[in-house]
Amino acid sequence: MGLWDNIKTLGQEAKAPLTGLGITQGYSNKERVTIEYPDVRRPMPRRARWRHVLNRYENGMEKCIGCSLCAGSCPANAILVVAAENTDENRRSPGERFAAQYEINMLRCIFCGYCEEACPTQAIQLKDICELADDNRKDLIYTKEMMIVPDPTKP
Amino acid sequence: MTPNLFFHYFFNVDPAHTGTGNMPAEYWWIDLIRIVVRVLVGLFAILLVVPPLVWWERRLLGFMQQRQGPNRVGPFGLLQTIADGVKLLLKEDMNPTNVDVVLFVLAPIVFLIPALVTSAVVPWGPSLTWGASAPNVSVGVLYLLAWGSLAVYGVVLAGWASNNKYSLLGGLRSSAQMISYELGMGLAIVTVVLLTGSLSMHDVVMQQGFSSLGLPEWNLLKFFPMGFVAMLIYAISMLAETNRAPFDLPEAETELVAGYHTEYTSMKFAIFFMAEYANMIVVSAICATLFFGGFHAPLLWLDGSFLGPLVGKSSPLLGGIVAALVPVIWLVAKILCGLYFFIWVRATMPRLRYDMLMRAGWLGVLPIALGNILMVAIAMALGYPAGLIAWLVVFGIAFVVFAGSKAANSFTTNSRRDTTVRLYGEAQPYRTVPEHSGHGAQTLPPNALSEAALAAAAQAPLDDAFAAKKG
Ligand code: SF4
Ligand code: SF4
Repeated sequence: MGLWDNIKTLGQEAKAPLTGLGITQGYSNKERVTIEYPDVRRPMPRRARWRHVLNRYENGMEKCIGCSLCAGSCPANAILVVAAENTDENRRSPGERFAAQYEINMLRCIFCGYCEEACPTQAIQLKDICELADDNRKDLIYTKEMMIVPDPTKP
Repeated sequence: MTPNLFFHYFFNVDPAHTGTGNMPAEYWWIDLIRIVVRVLVGLFAILLVVPPLVWWERRLLGFMQQRQGPNRVGPFGLLQTIADGVKLLLKEDMNPTNVDVVLFVLAPIVFLIPALVTSAVVPWGPSLTWGASAPNVSVGVLYLLAWGSLAVYGVVLAGWASNNKYSLLGGLRSSAQMISYELGMGLAIVTVVLLTGSLSMHDVVMQQGFSSLGLPEWNLLKFFPMGFVAMLIYAISMLAETNRAPFDLPEAETELVAGYHTEYTSMKFAIFFMAEYANMIVVSAICATLFFGGFHAPLLWLDGSFLGPLVGKSSPLLGGIVAALVPVIWLVAKILCGLYFFIWVRATMPRLRYDMLMRAGWLGVLPIALGNILMVAIAMALGYPAGLIAWLVVFGIAFVVFAGSKAANSFTTNSRRDTTVRLYGEAQPYRTVPEHSGHGAQTLPPNALSEAALAAAAQAPLDDAFAAKKG
């Protein structure tokens, strides 16, 4: 490299920090790329697999028929289904039985979605509810009441 | 004595700011009270500014990285640092086993005290009684340098007492770094001393007055470019002295966990943290005082010495207040600019490698500072034109010699890249590396692939290359 090249490069080296300062200054006026998360949320991907919900039909019937297929397919053994018979006075689902007790241990669940696939009535689905943190192991065993969607027929 | 007289002597409301010369000697206790009050005001002013400063830094860094920065606690997140401070204080304060407890506890204090003590000689106004905690110390500049050197003990003691190799490395680094850059800093300050002809900080500011046109005569503008170069050298050394990016090697998170304060918790860590920011404030104040005219305004018509008497014509009391407060406002504005520079640089520059840091200190900052002093002396002795010519000749020759030397060659050609190429060969387009070549370029000699294969791969579109590989 010749003398003149060196001088030119040294000049560039001296200019480099100033260019850098200019860039950071410019960026400080640009729009932020982060959002204020709890207030603003980005939409989840359509197929995000987070917490489970238990669905209902439009008429308010529970979709779950207490068949325990989800529990059987769960590789982490996280689901407990205790079924009970439907009676004419207390009909909770269209089938013969309904889930009297339905629990998922979110500490064991690996969010694989097998339960969703196994379910014959699409009663259980993994949705985009991702805020699952808690400070107590017991509270992370989700009960049926916590997961079932509200009854659309009841206000 | 009447309260009126007390306040007269206490605030020393004489327009000429001549100090306490006209106060009867039996009222010495007023002086004592005033000094205590002034010292407390000075200390609390610095310590109280630390939380907002930390907030400002985090917020600005956020903006420069296109993030939000802290904005949830209090208005604009202003209380975030208070919350952090409370959290720190509530944490368990522990001394790890095997630390040298006495030094371990002493280190943060040794680090904090120089920062606070140096602030005593920074004048905040023309008044000789209220301008600074230790106004008109005749060796103010030496005092600054002496206490500034003591700050390094805090870091070294922390590193040594922690009994942890990362802390020790951090402490060692900081001692070497601070000593190297102290030279540059001291020489930059000597330039100012030459220009002032006095070691008193008050004289340093007073000497940077206004030209007859009302324009500033700051040290940074004197003997252009000599004053400016001295300012640059001071600015660089001040970054190194406060262990701030890009010279934050003593606490380089990526290499040394947290450097010298790895083992510190709770209050002791908080003191380190506070000291770092207090240091930033004080060092910016000193920089403003030495090179940017201190409490003087950038234009005569905005200065306290002009506005004060102007307002004083209608109301002497208001005039006194204006004359006392306007300089403070200007110094604060200059300090804020300095702090902004600190943060701005931190957002921009990557951390230097240690050998680069040392090379820059001893081969860059120090000789330039030395040469610059010499040229300032020549300019003062023989007049500005002679000094400028000497400056241009000396630095021109030095620059050309450097540019022609091998050192510049290694500086301008990216030496790290050269080393990489020598060790690993030129980077290969990834798709030409055979699938089972193990560690890729490391075990593969650069020319293992035939020229033909390389050329073909370079020409084939990416998708085709993938298809060929799969099929
Ligand atoms: S997502 Fe997988 S692990 Fe979780 S409950 Fe369903 S089947 Fe079990
Ligand atoms: S959720 Fe589906 S699979 Fe599980 S018990 Fe109910 S109906 Fe059966």
